[in-house]
Amino acid sequence: MAEIRSLEKKSCLSGSGLTKVFGFGNQKTVAVDHVDFNFYEGEVVSIVGESGSGKTTLAKMLLGLISSTEGEIYFQGKKLDIRTQRKKREYWKNIQAIFQDPFSSYNIFNKIDSVLLDCIHMRGGRKFSHAKKVELMIEACSFVNLKFEELTNKYPFELSGGQMQRLMIARIFLLKPQVLLADEPTSMIDASSRATILDYLTKLSKETGMTTIFITHDIGLAYYVSDTVYIMERGKFVESGSADAVILTPKEPYTQRLINDVPKIYEAWDLSTV
Amino acid sequence: MSNVMLEVRELTTKYVTRFGEDIYAVDHVSLKVEEGKTLGIAGESGCGKSTLALSLMGYYFAPLHYTSGEIIIDGRNISGMNPNDVRKSILGKEIAYIPQAAMNALNPTRKIIHFIEDVIKEHELYITKKDIYDRARKLFETLGLSADVLQKYPVELSGGMKQRTVIAISVLLLPKVLIADEPSSALDVTSQKMVIKMLRKLMETGLISSLIFITHELPLLYNVADDIMVMYAGQIVEHGNAKQTVFDPIHPYAKGLMGSIIVPEKGLRDVKLTAIPGVPPNLKNPPSGCRFAERCKYVQPECKTHSINLNEVDGGRAYRCIFSEEKLREAYQNG
Amino acid sequence: MKNMLQQIFRSSKFLIGFTIFMTMLLTVIIYPLIVKDEPLAIIGQGTFFEPGIYVNVFDSINSTHYTLSLNDAAARRIASKLGDQERLDMKDWLLAFGIPENEIDIHDNTKLMELWVNNYDSKLALGMTSAKRNYYARLDKSLKGILGTEGVIIAIKNTETGLLEETNSIVQTDYVNIGQVSSIRILPLGTDNFGRDILTELVSATRTSLQIGFVAGIIATLIGLTLGLFAGYIGGLVDDVIMFITNLFTVIPGFVLLILISFSIGQEQRGAITVAVVIGFTSWVWTARAVRSQVVSLRNRDHVNLSKLSGHSIVHIILADILPYIASYVIMALILQISSGILAEAGLSILGLGPKTTEVPTLGLMMNWAMIYSAHVTGKWWAYIPVLVTIAMVSFSMNLMNTGLDQVFNPALRD
Repeated sequence: MAEIRSLEKKSCLSGSGLTKVFGFGNQKTVAVDHVDFNFYEGEVVSIVGESGSGKTTLAKMLLGLISSTEGEIYFQGKKLDIRTQRKKREYWKNIQAIFQDPFSSYNIFNKIDSVLLDCIHMRGGRKFSHAKKVELMIEACSFVNLKFEELTNKYPFELSGGQMQRLMIARIFLLKPQVLLADEPTSMIDASSRATILDYLTKLSKETGMTTIFITHDIGLAYYVSDTVYIMERGKFVESGSADAVILTPKEPYTQRLINDVPKIYEAWDLSTV
Repeated sequence: MSNVMLEVRELTTKYVTRFGEDIYAVDHVSLKVEEGKTLGIAGESGCGKSTLALSLMGYYFAPLHYTSGEIIIDGRNISGMNPNDVRKSILGKEIAYIPQAAMNALNPTRKIIHFIEDVIKEHELYITKKDIYDRARKLFETLGLSADVLQKYPVELSGGMKQRTVIAISVLLLPKVLIADEPSSALDVTSQKMVIKMLRKLMETGLISSLIFITHELPLLYNVADDIMVMYAGQIVEHGNAKQTVFDPIHPYAKGLMGSIIVPEKGLRDVKLTAIPGVPPNLKNPPSGCRFAERCKYVQPECKTHSINLNEVDGGRAYRCIFSEEKLREAYQNG
Repeated sequence: MKNMLQQIFRSSKFLIGFTIFMTMLLTVIIYPLIVKDEPLAIIGQGTFFEPGIYVNVFDSINSTHYTLSLNDAAARRIASKLGDQERLDMKDWLLAFGIPENEIDIHDNTKLMELWVNNYDSKLALGMTSAKRNYYARLDKSLKGILGTEGVIIAIKNTETGLLEETNSIVQTDYVNIGQVSSIRILPLGTDNFGRDILTELVSATRTSLQIGFVAGIIATLIGLTLGLFAGYIGGLVDDVIMFITNLFTVIPGFVLLILISFSIGQEQRGAITVAVVIGFTSWVWTARAVRSQVVSLRNRDHVNLSKLSGHSIVHIILADILPYIASYVIMALILQISSGILAEAGLSILGLGPKTTEVPTLGLMMNWAMIYSAHVTGKWWAYIPVLVTIAMVSFSMNLMNTGLDQVFNPALRD
C-alpha cells in the first residue's frame, strides 16, 4: 500500500456538487447534498454513514442506476455521460457493484453458470469456446475458494449467504472493472464468513489495481479495510481523510460522536455521553 | 453466593416442521443467572440463540415444542405448567421477553398508552385509567423517557425511541428476568447506546433482577454481559465470564468467533481476522460426534464418533471439546 | 419448479378445485364424442319436456310382446292416472252425492275407485255447471278405460278399400323388453322451450363459455400484463400515460362499457369469440394496476440492478428478471379473469346482449332462454338449475384453485 501512495495519485472517480433530490415542493428530500469527492485509482475508500445519511443514494448515482439532480461525476478525468442505454452499458464495463443482501442479489430463476457466463459475455467472451468459458469460470470460482464443479447447474439459493457473496466476488473477478462499489457487503452474513469476504475483496483490489468503494455503517469495518474514509451525515461529507486520521483522531463533532458510540473492547465504552 | 434468579437444567426443545421432522434447536442447555447479573448469549444466525430465548419463557406454541428439562425462576419450577397459566402468571410478571424487531410489533393505529392499558388490565381488572397513566408516567420518567411519548402513536417515534418504549412496556409488571433478543441490532449506534444505557438502568434501579442479552455483535455483548455463553448448533460450546471468553476463548469455535471481531480501535487495522470455513450443520440430522467437527481446524477422527461433554474448568468456565484446555492452547500457539 | 408443482398439488384447496375443473373439462371434451347430436337441434315438438326416458310408442307396439301377470299393475296404472287434483275432484263429487266425508279416503286407490264406480251416475246434476258435469263424465270414461280388460286394438287403414283392418291388439298384461325397443331417448335434463335436449345443449354451452372465458381472460391478462410491466418498469412519462388510460377505464364501470360495446356491435355480428374479445378488452384494468404495483416494488431490487450492471437490455430484464417473479401472481390473475369472463358473458347474455342465438349455446344464453320462457315461473327447474350449478361450479373451482395457489405462493397465508 505504501508503494501505491508514493506514486503520483491518479483520479479514478470524482464528483463535484453532486446532489440528489427526491420529490418536489413540500415533499422535497435532499438525499445527497452537494458532495465533492475524489477517489484515486487503486485506492480502497469507505463511505461511512448511518441509515438515512444518503450513502446508498450516492452509490446508486455513482453506479448510474439513478440520475443526479445537480452536479457532475468525472470518471478517469472525463465528465461522465450516461444519457443513453448504450453509454450506460459502456460505463458498466468499468464500474460494478456488490450489494448488501446476497439473497436478493441473484435472480432465483437463473443458475449459477448463467450468472458467471453473463460476465464472460460482457467482457467480450461471447464467441469463446465452451471449454474456454468453463476454464474462466473455474478460475473465477477458485479465486474465492469455491469449487465450480459443485456449483454448476445449481441455483444461487442452494448456497449459504457467505458462499453467495463469494460468488459475487468471483463475478467481479471475471468482470475486472476499474471501480467496485461494495454496498454493505458483509452486513447480512455471519461474522465467521465476514473475514473471508473482506480478505477476497482486498486481495482482488490489490491484484487488479481496482478502486474499491465500501459503503458501510460499520466504522470498525471501514477502519479495517480502507485507505481513505469519508464520513457522511444527512447527505453531506462531514469529514474525510486517511483511515487512521479520521478514525483515531476525528476532528468533527459528528465523527467523534459516531466513533464514541461504537462499542469497543480494548477501551472503555463511555455510556455517559447519550 | 448470591441468589439464583433463573436456573435452567438440560432444557431441550424442538421444532416440528410441516413434514413432521424434528429439529432440536435447543439441545440439553443448562444455565444459571444470578441476581444482578447479565448473561450474554453469542452465536451465529441459526445456532439456536433466539429459540433458546423463546424456550426460556416456558410458553410454547407450534411449531416449537417442549421436550425435556427444567426451568426454575426464583425457586419456582415452571416447566410442565399449563400454557395458559404460564401466560397469566409467569409472562411479564416473572420473566419478560423482547423479541427481535420488537419495535415493529406496535400497532400503528394505537397510542402507546393503550398498549400499557392492555398489559396492566390483563392482570389487574379494577384499575382506573388514571392510575395506569400515573404508573406508566412514573416508570417512563425513571427510565429517562419523556411522558409525552405515552400520548403518541408509534409512527411519531423514531426507531430507537420505539425500541426503548417497548422495553419499558415489557417491564411494567416488574419481571425478575428480562430476555432481550437482539434489542439494538436494527438501530444506529447512538440509539443502540441509549437502549443499552436503559437496560443498565433497569438493573440499577432494581426494576429487573437479571438480564439475558442475546446478540451476534460481540463488542456489544462484551460491554453488556457479565458472563458469556457461546452457542453452536443448539448446544453450549463455551461458557465463562465476559473478559475470559472474549480475550481468552478455549473452544475452537469461540476462538474463531472472537477472532472475527472488528472495532475501530488503534492497532486493529493490522490484526489478521480469523474466518471459519463452512456452514453450521443441518439440525434435522445433526452429526453424531462434535457438531463443530466439520469446520474445525484441529479435528481428529474420534471427534466425529464420540459425543462430547461440556468440560468444567476453574473459574466457572466450561467448554465442549474433546481436547484438554492445555492441548488446545498449545494448538493455538502453534497456529 | 418440480418442487413448486408438488407443493401446489399438496394444497387440498387447489386439488379440489382442479379436480372439479378437470372433470368439467373432460366431460366437455368426451361427451360430444359419444353423443353426436347437434346441440341446438330441435327434437321435441313442444316446450319443456320433463327429464326422463322417452320410449318410442310405435316401436314398442311392433316389438315382441310378452305377457306378464303382475298383481300391482292395475293399481299402479290407476295411481299414475289419478293425480292429486283428480282425487280431490272425485271427493268433491262424492260429497255432493251424499257420501259422508269420513268414508272417503282419497289415499286408498282401491276404496276410492270402488266408491266411484258404485255411485257415479252421469245423469245426476247435483247443482253443477254443465262444464263441470262434462269434466266428470270425461274423468269417469278414462277411469273406466283403465279398469277395462279388453285392451286396445291396433288397426291399419287398407289403402284399397279404405276400411280399418285389425293388425294387432294390446292388452293390459302386455309388456315389451325395453332393450328390444329400437328407439329410446334418455333426456336426463329434459328439453327446453324449443324442444332441445338440455344436457347436450348444456355441455356445448359449457364448452363455449369456457372458450369465451379463456379468450377473454387471456386477452385481458395479456393487455394488463404488458401495460403493467412497461408502466411499472420504465416509469416516468410512459407510466403516466399508461396509468392515465388505466384510470380512465377504472372510472367507467367495466360492465356498462361492455353493454355499450355489445349493443353497438349488433346482434348479428356478435359471435361467441367477438363477445369474448369485447369482454377481454374491457376487463384488463385491474390486472394492469396490480402488475404495475408488483413491478414497481421489484424494479429497485438488487437482482434487477445487478442485471442492469451486467449490461442486459430492458426487454431482457423485463422478461428474465421481472416476469418470472410475478409469474405466479399473473397465473392467479389469469384464473380469476377466466372465471370473471365466464360470469360477464352470462351477465351480458341474460340481458340479451350475448352472442347471437343461432350458432352455439352459451351458459348465459341458456339462462336467457329459460328466463324469457318463464321457466322459473312455471317450475320447469331443469331448464335453469343445471345451468346455474354449472356456472357456480366453474367459478367455484377456479376460485378454489386461485386460493390454493395463493397459499402456496404466499407462505404467510398458510395455516
